[in-house]
This record gives sequence, structure tokens and C-alpha cells, in this order.
Amino acid sequence: MEINKGRGRFIFLCLAPAVLLFVIFLIIPTFDVFRMSLYKWGGYTDNKTFVGMQNFTKLFQSDKFYQTFQNSVLLIVIVTVVTFGLALIFASMLSREKLKGQNLLRVIFYIPNILSVVVISAIFSAIFDPNSGLLNSILNLFRGSGADPILWLGDQKIVIFSLGGAMIWQAIGYYMVMYMASMANVPESLYESAGLEGAGRMTQFFSITIPLIWTNIRTTLTFFIISTINMSFLFVMAMTSGGPDGSTEVFLSYMYKEAYTNSSYGYGMAIGVVVFLFSFALAAILNIVTKRDHLEY
Amino acid sequence: MNKDKLTQNSGSDKFYKGFIYVVLIALAVIIIVPVLWAFMSSIKQDGEFYGSPWALPEGIYLQNFADAWLKAKMGSYMLNSVVVTVMALGLLLAVALPASYVLSRFKFKGNGFWNLMFMAGLFINVNYIVVPIFLMLNNGDKVVRSIFGHPILLNNLFILAIVYASMSLSFTIYLMSGYFKSLPKEYEEAASVDGAGYFRTMVQVIMPMAKPSIVTVILFNFLSFWNEYIVSMTLLPKPGFKTLPVGLMNLMAAQKSAVEYGQMYAGLVLVMLPTLILYILVQKKLTQGMTMGGLKG
Repeated sequence: MEINKGRGRFIFLCLAPAVLLFVIFLIIPTFDVFRMSLYKWGGYTDNKTFVGMQNFTKLFQSDKFYQTFQNSVLLIVIVTVVTFGLALIFASMLSREKLKGQNLLRVIFYIPNILSVVVISAIFSAIFDPNSGLLNSILNLFRGSGADPILWLGDQKIVIFSLGGAMIWQAIGYYMVMYMASMANVPESLYESAGLEGAGRMTQFFSITIPLIWTNIRTTLTFFIISTINMSFLFVMAMTSGGPDGSTEVFLSYMYKEAYTNSSYGYGMAIGVVVFLFSFALAAILNIVTKRDHLEY
Repeated sequence: MNKDKLTQNSGSDKFYKGFIYVVLIALAVIIIVPVLWAFMSSIKQDGEFYGSPWALPEGIYLQNFADAWLKAKMGSYMLNSVVVTVMALGLLLAVALPASYVLSRFKFKGNGFWNLMFMAGLFINVNYIVVPIFLMLNNGDKVVRSIFGHPILLNNLFILAIVYASMSLSFTIYLMSGYFKSLPKEYEEAASVDGAGYFRTMVQVIMPMAKPSIVTVILFNFLSFWNEYIVSMTLLPKPGFKTLPVGLMNLMAAQKSAVEYGQMYAGLVLVMLPTLILYILVQKKLTQGMTMGGLKG
């Protein structure tokens, strides 16, 4: 009896602080997002009016939201496809071949992941600078120095791709390390026997590597969606603030601006709810589409 | 054996290997050059930025760092960053380690529920709930002001640290629980035979074994706390009271009007240098920790 009482108290003391912080700073704010999306609430006053779904109908009629939606989806697609493809290919190169300096390469590829998004944004602002930027000064070697500078961050048609480029630069090393870790578990004997039967590198890649790390690939696809939505927010806030003229406004930057800067909290939270549900739905769809029978090795 | 022969004999294999080297080194260059370029720019004088961006610095102009440190207040922002990061890490470890230990190794009522809740927390990103957290603290401040006469919740480094720690709870508990689950039950039984209580067993037997995992947790969370800027920007609205990445954002904005490039890049180096140094150090320590754990096991 004595021991049991001590056990219960021990469990309580260990768990209570974590639960307390978790409830106050995670659960309550999350419920607040959903609750506040049903209210009209502006400014610092306590005047909240319950308006039901009005924020949502307003949202779906707003051109601004459609532009935001388009930008976000475009970024998700570009960043996912390019990062996924390149990371997978580079990872298989690094893990399948015996190369000198393999470790050094891995250390270098992971560097963007330890930098603050603000740092990356500052560096890429310098790279994309129209007059003294690194990118234009390289391109001028080919285009001749008299050519008009390309406005990487100033041209409405280009800027979203520039942003995507910076995001791919940031993400590629992380996914490479992930894929390399799971490729290391694929037994070498499979490649050896495939090699003896005359299967080339391409065949080996598509019929051994990809099927055997499929579970890992599926997980990362979900990561891609969730993290692109979040990272695009961080990049946009530090690099373009949604400009020029809303051409890089993404889901969460739109939400943050409406809610925090513009003080229309209810409307902002409605955006948050829609984005939250959208990302879950997209992840679920991808999960169903990519479902394959699990392979054992 | 057989495979080695094949590799050595075919010429196309050699060509392929050369191709791989070129591609991987190209990627490494694309990743490392912008970072090195930022270091180089931090010791240039402002006048040098009008020439080619690839020109080497004419000298080592350290005045940039002095300007960033004092004039742009990056020194005091760095102190804030250090204080917040250290407090948040300490708090996180104090709260999350006992919780993950209890959640993974004790059976009690509510165990399954809280495990599930903390798992679900992995999917909630701070970007969605930062505005409700701000409003909660702001409302709290109104109450506090009516009692004590001045607000204490916003513009408070300790509160920011608590929020950071809360945001990392799910990830940390997930990671540590995974480790604790892998330990055999005999450790607790042996400790109990020796007469150690629950608390002593946890602190003196289990935690020392978990050191490599704890180091991993510290590394990842250090990076995310140090680099974070959205929450910090929102919860520290007072001008002149910032953490390093937010200070860098200010420098980026100021640079557009006042062309103080050198100072901006010096500030940038101040933000990324600690993370780079830690990354280089821990890279070694992590592998050491792994091999040591292997020998003991």
C-alpha cells in the first residue's frame, strides 16, 4: 500500500508539469483557433460577436485568398517535386558508391538545416539582388553585361520561383540524410545478385531501392506538405513580406497579417482552420494514393 | 569480390563515378559558397559592395562587427537569445525527461490518453497558434496590470522560454520515449533490489544511460530555439527588445534604406556562428557517443 501510494505520487509529479504546459500553450490555443474563427473580433476590445460561418463565406469569396491558395499550392508542388527527386537521386549516389570525402559531403549538405531562416533569407536576398547580386553577375557572363538585370524578387512572375529555389536549397540536405539512413538498411546482397543478373544502376534504383524504402518515402511526402506550408511562411515573412503586390502571399503569412497586423482575429483564425484542414486532407489523400503492399527484405 | 572486378574492368563505370563526383561536388559548392560569401562580406567596407560581388575583400574590416554589436544592438540581442535559449532548454529537459520516462515505462490510468495527446501535438505547428497565444498573454496582462499596475507577460524572456519549451514537448517526449522503451525492465528491478526509490532510479540509473539521446534532444532544440523568430517577434513587441534573428531582420530592413551592408553581414555572421560551431563540435561528439554506447552494450 505504502509503495503504491509513492508510485502514484511519483507518476503524478513527473507528468503534471508537462501536461500543464501542454494544455496551456498547445491545447487551449488550438481550440481557440477553431472557436475564434466563428467570431467577429477586431482590435484590442473585448467586443466579440458570434457570426457563425460568416468568416468562412467571406473567405471563400475573397480574391486575395484564391491568390494565396494558388501561390501556396504552387510552392508545395515545386518544392516537393524538385527536392524529393534531387534528394532521392543524390542520396542513392552517396550511399551506393564508395566515394572519397563522403562524410565531408554529408556534413556540408546538412548545413542549411542548422541556419535560421532569417539568415538564409538575408543570404538569398543578396544572391537575388538585381544589380550587385551573385546570380545576375554570373548570368551576365553569358548574357553580356549590357542586358537588363533580372528582377528575381521584383518580378511578379519570377518571384515565387526564386522563393522556391531558396526553400529547395534549405530542404535538400535534410531529406538526403533521411533517405540515406533508410537506404543503409537495404541489404547489399540484393544489389549484388541483381548486378550478377545484369541489372544496371537504373533498374536497381527503381526496382530495389525505391520499393524497399517506400515506407520512408511515404512518410516524407507528408513531411513535405506540412513543412512547405510552414517554411514558406517563415521565408515569406523574412524575404518578401508577400510582395510584390501579393504575388508571394502564402497561407500562413496571409493568416498572420490578417490576425496580428490587421487585428481581424476572427477572420485570421478562419484562414488558419481552412489551411489546417487542407493540409490534413492533402496528406491523407497522398497517403491513400501512395499505399503499396509492404515489402520485406 | 566478383563485383569489385566488374567495377574495375568497365570503362563506363569509371566515367559514371567521375560524373557522380562532379554532380555531388557541384551541389556541395552551391550549398557552401553562399555561406562562405556571407562570411567574406562581413569583413568588407561598405564601399566595396558597389563593385563585383565576387571580389575578395581589400582588408579585414572588423569595424562592421563593432557597429553591429553596439550601434545595431546585436550585442544585447545576443544576450537575450542566450538567456532565452538556456532557460528554454533547462525547462524543457526538467519537464520532458521525467514525463517521457513515466509515459514510456509505467502503466497507469491515463497513460494511453496522454501518450496519444502528445503524439497529436506533433502535428500542431506553432505558426498556427502563435496569435491565440499572444492574445492569451495580452489578456493576462490586462488582468495583471489592474492588480500590479504594470504588465509582465508580454516582453518577458522567461515567458518566451516557457512557450518555446512547451512547443518542443511533443517532439522531445516522442524521441525520449522511443529510447526509454528500448531499455530492458531489469534496470529498475535491480535498482529496486538495491533499495533505490523511484526518483533515485530515474535520476541515477536511467538518465545517465540516456545521455546520447539527451544530447541529440539538446542539439535539435538548441537549433530551433536559437533560430526561431516568429514567436519571438510576436511575444516581444517592445522596440529594442529582441532576440538575434529578429534583430537581423531589422538590420535587413535598415540596409535597404541606409546601405550599411557590412554591418548587416556582420550581424548575420553573429547569428549563424554559434550554430555552425556547435554543429561542427557535436558532429564528432554524436558519433563518439554512438560508438561508446555500442561498446558498452
